[in-house]
Amino acid sequence: MRFAVLQFPGSNCDQDCVHVLGGVLGQQADYLWHKEESIGDADAVVVPGGFSYGDYLRTGSIAQFSPVMNAVKAFADGGGLVIGICNGFQILCESGLLPGALVRNRSLQFRCEHVYLKVSTADSPFTREVPEGKLLRVPIAHGEGCYFADEATLAGLQANDQILFQYATEAGELTDEANPNGSVRNIAGICNAGRNVCGMMPHPERASENILGGEDGRLIFDGMLRHLETAAGLGQAAVAEA
Amino acid sequence: MKAKIVITPKKAVLDPQGKTVQAALEQMGHDGVKAVHVGKYLEIELEGDAEAWRPKIDEACHKLLSNPVIEDYHFTIE
Repeated sequence: MRFAVLQFPGSNCDQDCVHVLGGVLGQQADYLWHKEESIGDADAVVVPGGFSYGDYLRTGSIAQFSPVMNAVKAFADGGGLVIGICNGFQILCESGLLPGALVRNRSLQFRCEHVYLKVSTADSPFTREVPEGKLLRVPIAHGEGCYFADEATLAGLQANDQILFQYATEAGELTDEANPNGSVRNIAGICNAGRNVCGMMPHPERASENILGGEDGRLIFDGMLRHLETAAGLGQAAVAEA
Repeated sequence: MKAKIVITPKKAVLDPQGKTVQAALEQMGHDGVKAVHVGKYLEIELEGDAEAWRPKIDEACHKLLSNPVIEDYHFTIE
């Protein structure tokens, strides 16, 4: 499968993503400069972490106007798989591909540490490979990861099962102490109503190899891959039947 | 001619900067500080007709300069 990893001025997790998708998962992973107006023949898009446009104005706010984002929006609207990690999550929210916004951490501090994530639903391409009840241990590294949405939006997210990841204790409890940034309902990651666009503050690409301390993050990319392979298999079956 | 734009966090959004500044003001000995809200101020230098600019600045505030999910804004053109 072909993954396009976007590069904005200030992206800095793009190489990690290409390494994991290409080197660890053995897929084709290519950088895609933000000035490009097409995502080409990519099967999925990764919006990586970093500090696009120096975080000027608001995190992720300028990147939404990069030419490539029009192509990403069209791809997502057509059901294409898109994952935004950290700054990528902020960009997807600012672009309107995901609801809500990310604001300054409650502590005002940049938090760089490992967290535990409760996977709230297996019903998404991003969580389908996570064994039931398994907590994911992955790192966060952000200053503006406090997820906010108004009550109506939150109710919608909950009702549609769009909350994918929540900060939890090692025992899987959603406590205030386990919440590193003040996010409402301990939200660490969500998906859109179509379930094909995911945004998350933690970094799965930094936890996809045991040499880096764990490979829980890989389950998320594995899920995307299985989803794409299943879709491709169904497509081939349809062609064969025709 | 300038557009002067003030952007403030919505009341429902956590404003830890405001809270920290409030604590510092109290530390300075100022009693009676009820709340502090930290926002942004932008000046945009313009030429042309102020009334023609008003809807354009409003759109810019809505789509780029502020995020309506978390912020309110108001502006003057003078």
